Amino acid sequence: METIRKLIRKQSLEKLYNNLSTTRKVYAPVIASDKQVEYKYNPAFTDVTFDHIRSTLSVKNVVFPKVENLFYYTNKQTESTITDIDLNKIQEVVLWGAHPCDNAAFDTLRSIFCWDITDEFFAKRLEKLVVIGLSCHLSDEYCFCTSVGLAPNSTKGSDILLSRLKNGDYHADILTEKGNAIVSASPELFESVTNEEAEITSVKQKFNHEQVTAKLSGAFENPFWVANSLRCIGCGACAYVCPTCACFDIQDEARGKEGKRYRSWDSCGFGLFTLHTSGHNPRNVQSQRWRQRIMHKFSYMPERNNSLGCVGCGRCSSGCPVDMNIAEQLEALQNI
Amino acid sequence: MTSLIARAKELLENKTVQVVIGYEAGPTGVVRPAFITDPAKAESLIYDERCVQNLAVYLTKREVKNIGKMAIVATLPVMRSIMMLISEQQLFADNIVVLGISDDGKLLDIADNKVMQGYIEKSDLSNPAKYKGLLAELNKLSPEEKFLYWQKELSKCIKCYACRQACPMCYCTRCTVEVNQPQWIPVKANTHGNMEWHILRAMHLAGRCISCGECGRACPVGIPCHLLTMQLTDQVYNYFKVYAGTSEKMSSVLSTYEPNDKESFII
Amino acid sequence: MSDSIYKPYLMEIEQIVEETPDVRTYRLKFKNAEEAEKFSFKAGQFGEYSVLGEGESTFCVASSPTRQGYIECTFRKAGRVTNALANLELGDTVGFRGPYGNTFPIEEWEGKNLLYIAGGIALPPMRCVIWNTIDLRNKYKDITIVYGARSVSDLVYKHELKEWEDRPDIKLITTVDPGGQTPDWKGEIGFVPMVLEKAAPSSENTVAILCGPPVMIKFTMPVLKKLGFKDKDIYTTLENRMKCGFGKCGRCNVGKVFVCKDGPVFSYEQILTLPEEY
Repeated sequence: METIRKLIRKQSLEKLYNNLSTTRKVYAPVIASDKQVEYKYNPAFTDVTFDHIRSTLSVKNVVFPKVENLFYYTNKQTESTITDIDLNKIQEVVLWGAHPCDNAAFDTLRSIFCWDITDEFFAKRLEKLVVIGLSCHLSDEYCFCTSVGLAPNSTKGSDILLSRLKNGDYHADILTEKGNAIVSASPELFESVTNEEAEITSVKQKFNHEQVTAKLSGAFENPFWVANSLRCIGCGACAYVCPTCACFDIQDEARGKEGKRYRSWDSCGFGLFTLHTSGHNPRNVQSQRWRQRIMHKFSYMPERNNSLGCVGCGRCSSGCPVDMNIAEQLEALQNI
Repeated sequence: MTSLIARAKELLENKTVQVVIGYEAGPTGVVRPAFITDPAKAESLIYDERCVQNLAVYLTKREVKNIGKMAIVATLPVMRSIMMLISEQQLFADNIVVLGISDDGKLLDIADNKVMQGYIEKSDLSNPAKYKGLLAELNKLSPEEKFLYWQKELSKCIKCYACRQACPMCYCTRCTVEVNQPQWIPVKANTHGNMEWHILRAMHLAGRCISCGECGRACPVGIPCHLLTMQLTDQVYNYFKVYAGTSEKMSSVLSTYEPNDKESFII
Repeated sequence: MSDSIYKPYLMEIEQIVEETPDVRTYRLKFKNAEEAEKFSFKAGQFGEYSVLGEGESTFCVASSPTRQGYIECTFRKAGRVTNALANLELGDTVGFRGPYGNTFPIEEWEGKNLLYIAGGIALPPMRCVIWNTIDLRNKYKDITIVYGARSVSDLVYKHELKEWEDRPDIKLITTVDPGGQTPDWKGEIGFVPMVLEKAAPSSENTVAILCGPPVMIKFTMPVLKKLGFKDKDIYTTLENRMKCGFGKCGRCNVGKVFVCKDGPVFSYEQILTLPEEY
């Protein structure tokens, strides 16, 4: 549908939030006691933050939970039964106040989960997701959305995108039918736009992702990887905080004769990730795993999934205990 | 830090070592580990209060070891880690040069391990002051309150294992969490499994933790998991009167029986 | 709603063959007749086999698509899942998801000679295509099978090796590593590459299919080149670690290639374009 821009006053925004959170699950960012920004279901409006740069974890768990049960089973003598998860029980979630980078990541995840055959767990959760995004009026040195083809006010992935105006009111760009449905349910809260301008932060472009992708196709054997990953300690922090990392493990959990099979987040940074039972490991050392991380996002995915595997949120870098700064490395890779 | 740079340069120039592991300020200004192999690049080494990472974790990393003989910028926790690694046969003292740094940031002359041991023995080995307060606060809680506190904190854990990977003493090639016959610790991150993991990690480090706080610093979701190991450091000291990483001959307190060991805590 | 892509078929163990002390072959039959009816696969494809409660493990389908009504798998006891599998008995349940992956291009091979070379536990991924082409025997010219293992007791499919040996239209060469022979061993003694070089099969109008441990592949390739085989006429399978089997879980890729989707069958010509990540 064609984008419609409306004005929503600060007080109306609170009403909208309360309307939504009394009738459905709303997932919104709050500042926790330890100063970390985390998303919670249906927090009080007064606790919801509109001034955070990035939450500690991304919001990918609304479509790709850190643990997703795949089915339940029962073993009786030689008879086993498998009970599917009823995906129709997945409830609608309104994601509130997530930034454009995080919202763009849903498309990236879709390119992984729905290429070739569709992963119905992911697809159902995405279908049930309504995204009320919030443009960024704040950014920091870790942000690089503009280097990956996005911007602090990109609409990609949002159903409604809010942008704060200088006077504290908001523009609401209504982008999809899902967004329109929310507006239609409370039309009195949305007014015609005025001349007031939105406050959008500026994010410096650090590299050109197309050039990086072009460079990477011949960079597999480059000494760059070893030289620039010596300090990588091989944890999974970057992958787990990343909004687009989708690698997972599949495990069984038994309790007597019953149990379940689930999938859970995994990381290509772990040595065990590719270890064969024989002891052979195709990615035997950390530099190979770091290379996989960058190659996957900036070379393999553009080619195989027709999407860039990064939205420039900067979490992997701000969360890294040893400053493996991905934007810095991509900038260097562009010039090798 | 001119003396540190000069020393690093000299070690690389006369080929005593092939790599100096130290700290540098990255292009974005964040202080991070540096691996200097070219004497001309020794200039980028820095040492100031921002240099907090325990660099000893790299002494057992394969790709770093592959470069050759190593020199390492070593504050007290790093020196103690080195002692622990030597005592656990993970490192040969002859293979590394220690560029010791005193508490007030001066380059020490650590000619050999005896000197290092002397320096460590003279130092205060109890948990650093900044953590003592937090531990004292926690210890005021009742067991139930403590349990609730840790349950809440550990529910945040995403099992990225940054705590393990950042720890110089967690060098196992196959961690218990990676053993699946039987599956001791669930693979997924749920509160119950997270608690099992963190209790197990703390127990594996009891008497081995050198109180650097690196595990807590590394945690991307801000779990103060270093308080678990530090609490055990206090406990081990109370019962055995030893601190980890004080000599290269030290045996692991919890896996070695001594006839005069206290047994009061067993039952 | 259609079934979940993660939901396995339930199969019953219909037959067990103890191949070696730690290798077993199971014949698995669908418990659900409707599923059996709909199921089909081609030579080279693989699946995820599971013991409910223990997890899944990836191996190829070891039986030929020409033998209908069941599938077979051959596995070595190694990890958690294969150990659990090995503890099962006749009539027990095994989960199976699949078939996944690409196939051996056996239609393209029609009218050609086939040279199969396998080492140790790598015969199972090839057994499917071997039987497939033997069952369509008149479509192919000479069929030669070179199979080696560390010792006589490590040879799998012993009863079938006998069958192939006895057939006049198949040439079978078996070998064991020096020291691995028994007093009554009548086959060759020596490593696969050496035995292959000695046998010197013609590369004329011939496709070579090669499966084995990396070290065997490494030393066999130069022999094949010496015999005049072109890269495009040599096929192998890659066996990277997998979880999902359909290109989502992110661990089997070799560069941009998904072993689970674009493989597991690759020509050597394709392998040469891949980064060394397998």
